Amino acid sequence: MMPDYELMLDAYSKAGGVPAVFKDSDVAHLVVHRNKVIGSHLIPGLVLTPKETETGVNIDFRVEKGVKIERPVHLCFGIIPKEGIQEINIKASVQDGAGVKLLAHCVFPNAVKVIHKMQADITIGDNAYYEYNEVHFHGDTGGVEVIPRARVKVGRHSRLVTNFSLVHGRVGTFDLDYDTEVLDDSVLEMTARVYGYGDDLIKIREAGRLIGANSRGLIKSRVAVKDNAQSEIINELTATAPHARGHVDCIEVIQGRARAQAIPIVNVTHELAKVTHEAAIGSVDKKQVETLMARGVEEEKAIDIVVSGLLK
Amino acid sequence: MELVRLEDISLNLEGRQILRGLGLSVKAGTIHSVLGSNAAGKSTLAYVLMGCAGYRPQSGRIRLEGDDITELPISKRSQRGITLAWQEPARFEGLTVKDYISVGMKEKDEGLIKESLHEVLLEPTEYMNRVVDKTLSGGERKRIELAAVFAMKPKLAILDEPDSGIDILALDNIVNLIKRLKKQGTSVVLITHREEVSEIADITSLMCSGCIVKEGKPKEVGKYFKEKCLPCPTKIYPSFMDGKIKVPAK
Ligand SMILES: Nc1ncnc2c1ncn2[C@@H]1O[C@H](COP(=O)(O)OP(=O)(O)O)[C@@H](O)[C@H]1O
Ligand SMILES: [Mg+2]
Repeated sequence: MMPDYELMLDAYSKAGGVPAVFKDSDVAHLVVHRNKVIGSHLIPGLVLTPKETETGVNIDFRVEKGVKIERPVHLCFGIIPKEGIQEINIKASVQDGAGVKLLAHCVFPNAVKVIHKMQADITIGDNAYYEYNEVHFHGDTGGVEVIPRARVKVGRHSRLVTNFSLVHGRVGTFDLDYDTEVLDDSVLEMTARVYGYGDDLIKIREAGRLIGANSRGLIKSRVAVKDNAQSEIINELTATAPHARGHVDCIEVIQGRARAQAIPIVNVTHELAKVTHEAAIGSVDKKQVETLMARGVEEEKAIDIVVSGLLK
Repeated sequence: MELVRLEDISLNLEGRQILRGLGLSVKAGTIHSVLGSNAAGKSTLAYVLMGCAGYRPQSGRIRLEGDDITELPISKRSQRGITLAWQEPARFEGLTVKDYISVGMKEKDEGLIKESLHEVLLEPTEYMNRVVDKTLSGGERKRIELAAVFAMKPKLAILDEPDSGIDILALDNIVNLIKRLKKQGTSVVLITHREEVSEIADITSLMCSGCIVKEGKPKEVGKYFKEKCLPCPTKIYPSFMDGKIKVPAK
């Protein structure tokens, strides 16, 4: 049998990751299998300290003042066996003037009874940026429960971007809750893309509080469900400061017996602030499908093209 | 040789009769314009010919090269060589111009994708990797639609108002593209409400109140349209005024 590290790398490449980055000395990385750190590399200006616990890993993550990490930091979390629990707690701080981009792959290729919990507390200073991308790769058994939680505070003149993607394999049970708070002149962009089928259950809550003047927020969701899958998307955007601007953009596509719900919550408490929202739930757009069919594509394939574009 | 034939097509939508015993014959190797005012039923005719869902005529037959295709769904018709450029083309998230154009190509050939973009005066290096979504202007989207039709090399291209949303300066370019389509062996049903565009065709059918009411030389039909149809306050063909439908003799 392959050792855990090899199996993780194998699942990692299936998730779209490029294992070569783990050999690149300019790229910081951390690979965690269940509660074991099986690979890590640091670069100057970055603190990335994992501490193994009984059920997972506690991670201290810090980008020192003024340091801009050039290449994305690569993280890989996963459980290779059918069963197991993994609890990741992250305390992250991006100090004033610092910037970093993270690319996390979460792999559960054989999950029958797997729980993956992630709790992140993130503080972003002034004139800083933080981009967090999380890509999941699940097997087709659906036996995984994913519970990501994040609380983020963003300072002034800063930028927070999150991209969450779970479009390979069965979702299983998914319950995401991201809560963010943004100060003056800062920008928030949160996107989640999920594709559920079988009996998958999807619950997403993404909330942004634009409490600083001139802050900007965009919350975007793209969800497709088919078979018996169900999704509930709560996009919450609050603007309480002058010239704060926000937009919520949610598209959910359903096929078969699937069900989808979108709950946009928009709060504005300052007369100079403004938040807009658009939500579309329904079957795949007929005109899009027919346009592709008019180019010779069969209906089922046309639907596939439209849906995978939406989740890209 | 006759490529496509619509025989006595009637279509009701939501209880309203939109097409009334419409007849049309398109010869292979021609540009055949369908000229008519707003709401004459031109786009509806395009959807019926393409086979869009909900546009199955209540009566009448559609033939392609003699074969009855009335029951065929869109994909089967397009696989047999018919395609449509929508009046308002759809937008797609996450689909690049390159992928969009190549969808209809039998062999994915990057050279042809580039050539088709050049045909509509879009610089390939700038556009190939753009996404066919909201970030494109209406005019750009229309051009990409025409490029996709060009790259597909269909037997019959139904172009629904290819000139709408395209500025006057670019009109020449669209006209040239339509002529190029003909040269490469594609027959064109050119739907328009502008007689100057209609005049580039080999033959023109005039549409009014869901019917082809006149057919002939583009210049003559265009002149009639300008003199009679444009000033007409009702946009209803005189012999339909009493509510009864009398299809004018051809
Ligand atoms: N789905 C529909 N249900 C009812 N009436 C429709 C529908 N689609 C089009 N129409 C009507 O049919 C007529 C012809 O429409 P259309 O084919 O779009 O005309 P044109 O393309 O010539 O402007 C119009 O009066 C329009 O309002
Ligand atoms: Mg029209």
